Amino acid sequence: MKPIRIGPFSTRVDVASIVVSVIAWVVTLVIAAISLTLGDYEIPLAKVLNTLAGNGSLIMTDVVVNNRLPRVLVGMGVGAAFAISGAIFQRLARNPLVSPDLIGINAGAALAAVLMITVFGTAAGWIPAGALIGSLLTATCIYLLAYKKGIAGYRLVLVGIGITAIVGSITAYLLTLADIYTAKSASMWLAGSLAGRSWPHAILIGITLLVLVPAAVAGSRQLRLLELGDDLARTLAGRVELSRGLLIAVGVGLAGLATAAAGPIGFVALVAPQLARRLVAERVAGLLAAGAIGALLVVASDLLAREIFAPTALPVGVVTAFLGAPYLLILMARANRVGRGG
Amino acid sequence: MPVLRTENLRLGYDAIPVVSDLSVEIPSGRITVIVGANACGKSTLLRGLARLLGPQSGAVYLDDADIARLSGSTLATKLGMLPQQPVAPDGITVSDLVGRGRHPHQRWFRQWSAEDEYVVTAALEATGISDLADRSLDQLSGGQRQRVWIALALAQDAETMLLDEPTTFLDLAHQLEILDLVHDLNRDRGKTVVLVLHDLNLAARYADHLIALKAGKIVAQGNPTEVVTAAMVQAVFGLASHVIPDPLTGTPLVLPRPRRPRRSEGSAVPTDRT
Repeated sequence: MKPIRIGPFSTRVDVASIVVSVIAWVVTLVIAAISLTLGDYEIPLAKVLNTLAGNGSLIMTDVVVNNRLPRVLVGMGVGAAFAISGAIFQRLARNPLVSPDLIGINAGAALAAVLMITVFGTAAGWIPAGALIGSLLTATCIYLLAYKKGIAGYRLVLVGIGITAIVGSITAYLLTLADIYTAKSASMWLAGSLAGRSWPHAILIGITLLVLVPAAVAGSRQLRLLELGDDLARTLAGRVELSRGLLIAVGVGLAGLATAAAGPIGFVALVAPQLARRLVAERVAGLLAAGAIGALLVVASDLLAREIFAPTALPVGVVTAFLGAPYLLILMARANRVGRGG
Repeated sequence: MPVLRTENLRLGYDAIPVVSDLSVEIPSGRITVIVGANACGKSTLLRGLARLLGPQSGAVYLDDADIARLSGSTLATKLGMLPQQPVAPDGITVSDLVGRGRHPHQRWFRQWSAEDEYVVTAALEATGISDLADRSLDQLSGGQRQRVWIALALAQDAETMLLDEPTTFLDLAHQLEILDLVHDLNRDRGKTVVLVLHDLNLAARYADHLIALKAGKIVAQGNPTEVVTAAMVQAVFGLASHVIPDPLTGTPLVLPRPRRPRRSEGSAVPTDRT
C-alpha cells in the first residue's frame, strides 16, 4: 500500500494490485489481437491493426470492425463485469461461494432473457431489459429468504442453490414450450456464448461498465468496512444497510447486464476474484484487479473455444465451466475441511 | 463527570427485554468491567452502549447527547467497540486491517492522510505489533490477533473503547497480556474503557469500577474491593465462595467453595458464610 498525497487529497494504492491489473490487461489485449486475426479466414496482424487504424478495405473493415471486434470487446466487457460483480458479492459475504453465478443471479437473468427470447425472439432489445429485471428480482428473493438478523454467507449459499434449482427448472420448462429453432438459439445463449455478438451488445456492456464500475469503485470504501462484519462496520460508519444495498445493486446490475450481453457465462465471477487475490499474494485484491483477470479469462477462454475444435466453435461458457469447475470442487473440499467456504 | 451513561435503558431482541430499566454511569477515564453469569445481558448492554442495538425504551447518553441522535461518523470518532468475535477477510494484512479503523476520520477525497499514517503506526506500536504489520492475520496466534483488533480500535482514536470479552479463547498468560495492554491504554492515554469479562478475579484485579449484572439488572457496582463479596458472588452467580484479598495485589480474590472437602486432608477453608 503506497500513500499518494496531493494537497488536501490523499489516498492509498495497492501497488501489487495495480501491477497485476496492468499485466492482465496487456495479456488480454495481446490475446484480443490474436483473436482478431483468426476466424473463417486468417488475416495477418499487421492488416488487422491497419484496418483498426481506419485504413482497411471495405471488406476488411466489415470483417474486423463489424464482425470480430464486437465479439472481442463483449468478451472483455462481460469478463470484467462478471468478475467485479463476483468480487463484490464474495467480499460482502466473506465467502467465495457467494458469487452471482452460484447463488442464482445469473440464472435469474437467464430465465427472464429466455422468456424474452421465446416471446419476442433473439433480435429484440428486450433481452437486456428482461435480464436486468430478472436478476434484480432474483437477488431480491435471495436477500429476503436469506435475511435473518443480518446476512450470513452460508445461508446465502444454501438459499442461492435452492433459487438456482427453481429458476433452472422454469427455464427448462420454457424451452420445452418453444419451437425447435427458438429453443436451439436460447440454449446456445444459455451456455454463455460470444458467437454473433454485434455492436449493440458491445455498446450495452460498455455503458454498463461506464456507469457501474465507477459506482463500484466509489463503494469500495464502504466495502472495506462491510467485509469486517456488520458490528464493526456499524461501529466505524453508523448505518450499513444503505451502502450494502447499493453495493448489492451494483453487483446485480453488472452480473445481470453481462448475462444480457453474452448469456450466463459460468465460473468467471467465482474464479476471477480468487485468482486476482492469489496473484497479489493472498491479500485482498481490489475490484479492478479482479475485473482485469475476468476480462483475461473470458477472452482467453473464447479463443480456446473457437480454436480447440475448429472449425466447430464451442460456446465460451463451456470452456469457462471446464476450467472453473475443478476450482469449485477444490473450494468445496476445503470448505468441508475448515467448515467455511474457502 | 461521567461521559457515558444510560437512563432507564431497556434492551432486547424480541418482546422480552434482556436489559430492563437500567440506569448506569460509566466513570470517565477509568476501566469499567461488566461481569455476570452467562446470558445475564452483559454483552447486550455493551451493544446498547455502542448503538449496535437500539433501545426499546430509555436512552444512552454520550457527553449528554442522546447517541440515537448522533450521526454515524460523530459517534464513531468518540466511541469504539470491539465485538466478541470480529471477522476479517482471508489474507488481509495487519496494517491494512488496522488502517480500516481510520474510516470515521476519512472522506472520499481524504483516504489516507499523514495523520492516518501516524495514528496507525502509533496504534501498532502501542499494542506491540509493529513487526507484524506486513503479516497476514491468518498466520498470527490468538493473542497476537487480539492485539491487532485492539490496535484497530485504537486507530479509530475514540476516547471511549468498549471491548466485548477480549480475552475469550486465550490462555491465561495471553489473557493477562491483553488486560495489561488495556490497563496501559487507560493509564497512558486516558482512554475510558468498558470491558465485559468472564473471569471475576481478573475483573477484580483490573477494574476501577465493577458492574455486576443479573437478569439484565444491576446487582452491585462500585470499586471491586467493596463490591466483590461472597454475598455478591452468591447473588450474581449462585455460587458459594470465600473472598480473600489477593496476596499479590490486594484486590478481592474469589475462591469458590468446594462441594465437599477432598478426602485426604481436611478442609482448610473457613466455614463462615459472609
